[in-house]
Amino acid sequence: MKGLKIIVLAKQVPDTRNVGKDAMKADGTVNRAALPAIFNPEDLNALEQALRLKDRYPGTTVSLLTMGPGRAAEIIREGLYRGADDGVLLTDRAFAGSDTLATSYALAQAIKEMGEVDLIIAGRQAIDGDTAQVGPQVAEKLGFPQVTYVEKIVDADDKYVTALRRLENGVETVKAPLPLVLTVNNSAAPCRTRNATLLMKYKHARTVSERQEASEDYLYLYDSRPYLNIREMTVNDIQAEPEQLGLSGSPTKVKKIENVVLQAKDAKVLKPVDNDIDLLMKELILSHTIG
Amino acid sequence: MNNVFVYCEVEDGVVAEVSQELLTKGRSLANQLKCKLEAVVIGKGLDGVENQIFPYGADVVHIADDPRLEPFTTLPHATILIKLFDKEKPQIALMGATPIGRDLGPRVSSALHSGLTADCTSLEIGPHEDKKEGKTYENLLYQIRPAFGGNIIATIINPDCRPQMATVREGVMKKEILNPEYKGKVRKLDIAQFVSDEDFVVSVIERHMEKKKVNIKGAPIIVAGGYGVGSKENFKLLYELAEVLGGEVGASRAAVDSGYVEHERQIGQTGVTVRPKLYIACGISGQVQHRAGMEESAQIISINTDPDAPINSIADYVIHGDVGEVIPKMIRFYKSNTK
Repeated sequence: MKGLKIIVLAKQVPDTRNVGKDAMKADGTVNRAALPAIFNPEDLNALEQALRLKDRYPGTTVSLLTMGPGRAAEIIREGLYRGADDGVLLTDRAFAGSDTLATSYALAQAIKEMGEVDLIIAGRQAIDGDTAQVGPQVAEKLGFPQVTYVEKIVDADDKYVTALRRLENGVETVKAPLPLVLTVNNSAAPCRTRNATLLMKYKHARTVSERQEASEDYLYLYDSRPYLNIREMTVNDIQAEPEQLGLSGSPTKVKKIENVVLQAKDAKVLKPVDNDIDLLMKELILSHTIG
Repeated sequence: MNNVFVYCEVEDGVVAEVSQELLTKGRSLANQLKCKLEAVVIGKGLDGVENQIFPYGADVVHIADDPRLEPFTTLPHATILIKLFDKEKPQIALMGATPIGRDLGPRVSSALHSGLTADCTSLEIGPHEDKKEGKTYENLLYQIRPAFGGNIIATIINPDCRPQMATVREGVMKKEILNPEYKGKVRKLDIAQFVSDEDFVVSVIERHMEKKKVNIKGAPIIVAGGYGVGSKENFKLLYELAEVLGGEVGASRAAVDSGYVEHERQIGQTGVTVRPKLYIACGISGQVQHRAGMEESAQIISINTDPDAPINSIADYVIHGDVGEVIPKMIRFYKSNTK
């Protein structure tokens, strides 16, 4: 079997898992700057599945594709440090305000510029939006079948992939033809850590925009080491209809955002001592809540 | 034309509860919009399935019945919905936010270029003014959900594209039979008009589904544990208390993600929504997504060592203490007071 050409869709997201008091400003609005930007966790699971295919089937290549602002190049580097072959950053002001539909349209158009692809693997959902929509929408736009909630890619060859899906009440083994889109759960294998050799090799990998802001010292590297160039695509590099991008390409719009303000209830505060707990249980029994 | 549609999930001839919950909500929205409620069921062995749907107030049930349509694979279900929606032009389409709905919904909305909002915690009808464009819209579907780690509640709308699509998790809406005698029309779809061989390229080779072992939704008393419980071992205390009180054990997402308890017991926006008469939160901080799954509990007790835990603000009783200390006392004093 010749190797597979795989694209992993990944997103850089604010770490919304541990939003503490620092994340809220005094006026009750969200302090986005306080949240570190990370590689979306389920996209890491997706990357691991791709890298396992690369381990198993020589000739397989893994390319990362991410849509985001300039600093999202950081997750391309994270992918390279773990074994991805290259990456593409799709970045342009024209994409600002995109909902999932406009995002998947832009991603699909970028994928069309990346050559023949066999398999597209994405995390099931991102921790900031939690919608799980982009994967299936990209599949629809490319006209590829889709398999979601994948826990493990069990087998692959030139024509098919067999995958184990973990659903709410059990598991399912599914066989689907290539080209195909898979979305991967966090019940799948965790992603391997950075490889020291790859880290040394790729630590200066940069997009064109990043190089323009970098110091002169390292610029010579990019001519002699082409693998350090992270491909950047803008709206001019993809065939896209402007009205399908950004805000105008987004059927969904945010009408209102309300900060969650907790109304304090008049709670009875008790101590963890015998007397208080005894009284509590008596009260609950009397009111027929328990017993 | 212009009605409210609900995609009803079915397995082995049984319509899913979440779909019935959405039918109830769909009926209410249709009443407000003065339009009809229609249902779509796609599967096999569906004779009489409309009897599980009409009582919730559906005016039309579209049925696609074919052995190839179950178990669920994306393409045939998507193709049927896309073509049906293209013809019937619903204004609103709802589905459960289940592995099926979250697989199917985006595919359909992409094909129809319509907006989709996932995991809505509330659906309402209202107007919208677009000041920039100078346009006013009436009777839009407000799709409401927590976002950004649960620190904000967002109201999403689709002003121009149709259908306005939303997915909703099980238990968020209440199911209620409108009238057991309610009858509408059955429309059997001619599958050949909708699907082709290309839609069946994905095959299910093996399936192992387990019947749900626990029914948290129906439990009158829930003892729920969070990250603060600390370990799978420590959860034993919660099971003890639940057994003594005649309740069930639940958990926050953090506890499930940390492996203390199985996913079936997760309560919250991405788990189950519950309304027990008593909810005992043990070591749960109470982020918005968790509260969304239990804030309608009649009585709430919070046991937490953190006096500022968000859950304390919605609790009726707050015990500032360690779960490992407090639960044994609760068990002891429950037993001594009920002798």
